[in-house]
Amino acid sequence: MSNLSIRLKKRDHIPTIKALALRLAAIIFALIICSFVIISITHMNPVQIYGGVINGAIGTSRRAWVTIRDMLVLFLVAAGLVPAFKMKFWNIGAEGQILMGGLASAALMIYGSSLPNWLLLFFSIAASCIAGMVWAVIPAFFKAKYNTNETLFTLMMNYVAMQIITFCIVFWENPPGSNTVGVINSVTEKGWFPAIFGLKYGLNLILVVIVAVSITLYLKYTKHGYELTVVGESQDTARYAGIAVKKVIIRTMSLSGAVCGFAGNLIVSGASHTISTSLAGGRGFTAIIVAWMAEFNTWAMAAFATLLVFMENGAIQIASQFSLNENVSEILTGIIIFFLIGSEFFINYEVVLEKKEVL
Amino acid sequence: MEETYAIELKNITKRFGSVTANNKINLAVKKYEILSILGENGSGKTTLMNILSGIYRPDEGTIFIDGKEVTIHSPKDAYAFKIGMIHQHYKLVNVLTAAENIILGQPGAPVLDMEQVKKEINSICSQYGFILNLDQKIYDMSVSQKQTVEIVKVLYRGADILILDEPTAVLTPQEIKSLFSVLRNMREAGKSIIIITHKLQEVLDISDRVVVLRKGSYIDSVNTVDATISVLTEMMVGEKINLDINRSEPHDQQDRLIVQHLTCRNKEGLKALDNVSFCAKSGEILGIAGIAGSGMKELLESIAGIQSIEEGSICYCCSNCNKITISGLTPNEIKHKDVSISFVPEDRLGMGLVGSMGVTGNVMLKSYQTGVSPFVNRWFPRRLAEKIISMLQVSTPGTEFPVRKLSGGNVQKVLVGREISSDPGVLMVAYPVRGLDINSSYTIYNQLNAEKEKGVAVISVIEDLDVILELCDRILVLNNGHITGIRDARNTTKEEIGLLMTADGDHMHE
Repeated sequence: MSNLSIRLKKRDHIPTIKALALRLAAIIFALIICSFVIISITHMNPVQIYGGVINGAIGTSRRAWVTIRDMLVLFLVAAGLVPAFKMKFWNIGAEGQILMGGLASAALMIYGSSLPNWLLLFFSIAASCIAGMVWAVIPAFFKAKYNTNETLFTLMMNYVAMQIITFCIVFWENPPGSNTVGVINSVTEKGWFPAIFGLKYGLNLILVVIVAVSITLYLKYTKHGYELTVVGESQDTARYAGIAVKKVIIRTMSLSGAVCGFAGNLIVSGASHTISTSLAGGRGFTAIIVAWMAEFNTWAMAAFATLLVFMENGAIQIASQFSLNENVSEILTGIIIFFLIGSEFFINYEVVLEKKEVL
Repeated sequence: MEETYAIELKNITKRFGSVTANNKINLAVKKYEILSILGENGSGKTTLMNILSGIYRPDEGTIFIDGKEVTIHSPKDAYAFKIGMIHQHYKLVNVLTAAENIILGQPGAPVLDMEQVKKEINSICSQYGFILNLDQKIYDMSVSQKQTVEIVKVLYRGADILILDEPTAVLTPQEIKSLFSVLRNMREAGKSIIIITHKLQEVLDISDRVVVLRKGSYIDSVNTVDATISVLTEMMVGEKINLDINRSEPHDQQDRLIVQHLTCRNKEGLKALDNVSFCAKSGEILGIAGIAGSGMKELLESIAGIQSIEEGSICYCCSNCNKITISGLTPNEIKHKDVSISFVPEDRLGMGLVGSMGVTGNVMLKSYQTGVSPFVNRWFPRRLAEKIISMLQVSTPGTEFPVRKLSGGNVQKVLVGREISSDPGVLMVAYPVRGLDINSSYTIYNQLNAEKEKGVAVISVIEDLDVILELCDRILVLNNGHITGIRDARNTTKEEIGLLMTADGDHMHE
């Protein structure tokens, strides 16, 4: 008698093309599975639904720019997380750092509206960076000094940030009694990102590209980047080489927090011009997936952020067009991410079928 | 007529990805026989033994036990076939006693009768000549006592085929002697014993037959009576190599590093070094011997500035300047005092190198800070990396290939190469050849000798007593954080060093 047994073999090398093909196959496979889900739940033609997604994400130039704007934020946060993750500092507090950055930015828009616009913009960017930095340095300090668990610490800082915003909304609510802040400086547009080259989100694009390129260069070519890689690899090695480990932890987290804080500014000054507890909208967590899925490669992070935002914005469209719940799109995004993560397994392992004689 | 073997392997092949760890290996052990499996690191010894003990399954080939074909699916199966493995790293529960560890995982009777169990274990002990206190906790035991527990555990489970993976690696000469006498007793009782080792002298001392593996392939099997060290080495390495270490006489000696009354505590807060004083001279190799955990690690790390010191001082004397006190300084502060101390730590990838970086990235680990530019300069490190690669014959696909993926020998060459390249006054090397093949080992020995002849004070912790006697000029023996003796390597014996290593450490407190 013989039977087939499945065995997993670790691959030692896979060509880039093959890895890309596997990921692409995963997406296609995910879309097929999604069709079945769509048919079984909504009894609608999946091709129509996908058409709706594409239409919603890039159907008009306005929609396309919204997709680009949201993708930029997600990409920026992911890029900001990379230095921390390279140092093996599990910063899951990007959400809180974004919130604090957004809060600082809103505060300046409200209280600094007498300043000239360029100066106000400069201050609000600086203030949101500092706010994000402070929110990241607190857990970093305790990690360096008392070796506290950074995962729990950064996570809890998120909730603190959320409560602070709730608190501020009480003071800033407009119109009174609405329990929301409303659009700040809607008439004067003070503290708003100006349109440049006739593009509403042109400044967002330029700033994000500058920051992302700087981070990439920082990690690759500077002494600081070298040090944080060594610390992430082994703290013993870092100590042996005379690297001040505590200093590197605090410094790297300041950078990571500042970038996330800047993302908060991008959301408030550069897009929504208002503030609420949901301004980060989980992007601080989604960015973790983006960073890891891309294995910290800048290009791959941009691509992955685009995919996720594309699906998300497309979903809003199908929700209204086919009067579906918005959660349908979350199901679809979930399925796609599931398959993409699953494809990593097949990139690392090879499945071998073998015939085995059994007595 | 064909003899029935206790265990026989035919054409065993095991692959990991593109690496063939075992290629068509044949091996057979009789009853009443001690078989040595000899091979360098990476020759496939351990893979083969893991196949026998059910941890891996072979891709091809068959296993026969007492002439019957069997498939070993799991370690549990292996026990059912009476195969017992004693791993290099013991698998014991620290807080339990010897007896409790021995019966651990055994079904036993519904009600545990400890007295009965102890009686059974004691009868095994007396049959083979083990000395074991069954009520002693594992954490109170020395390495060799733990090993005894492991062996008795396997025997208690009824094993007839015992596999020992590098059993002598951490034992002193006296302990090795008593282990061997026990093994001989077991052979007389009809057991089959397989010993995995790369120590040639021991192979000749204990085994009846030797099987040599090289690069995953079966080379040959010889009766020990017909074998000599040079024949075995040639089979193992595949070429004739010179096994002499050329030790030159030290000259122009000056005091280089003076350690006085050094006391420090380890991570657990226990005294790791207690009032240690010695002087390392330029132009000599000072060997440090001691059983594992005797304070060698802390001694070297104190000198390197990584370990905090409780009491005592460490002074560095260069050839044309005064004494510089370096105790209490960080590695960076030591560097800024123009003191060049190089250190090859025990944990090469965990402390000495950055595994994910290439040779270039690792070469600059200690020099990247030079200059005021915020950017790292990779040009000089890359030239240096190329130099080290060609000088020490590091086999790597390129200067940027992650060192983690290199073999142990090449990793050590990169590390030693970097440490030597800074023209040190003191070179400290912990376990210079641990895990290295013979050729790489001799490359490292030659480098240490070359540094000594340049006038460097070389301090090296070495576990192989044969090597320490051949390579070093003086030998310092640590035992429980104390220096129990400093001997002239040319006028001492393995036995004397062994006794100093285990001399009563009762004066150790806390």
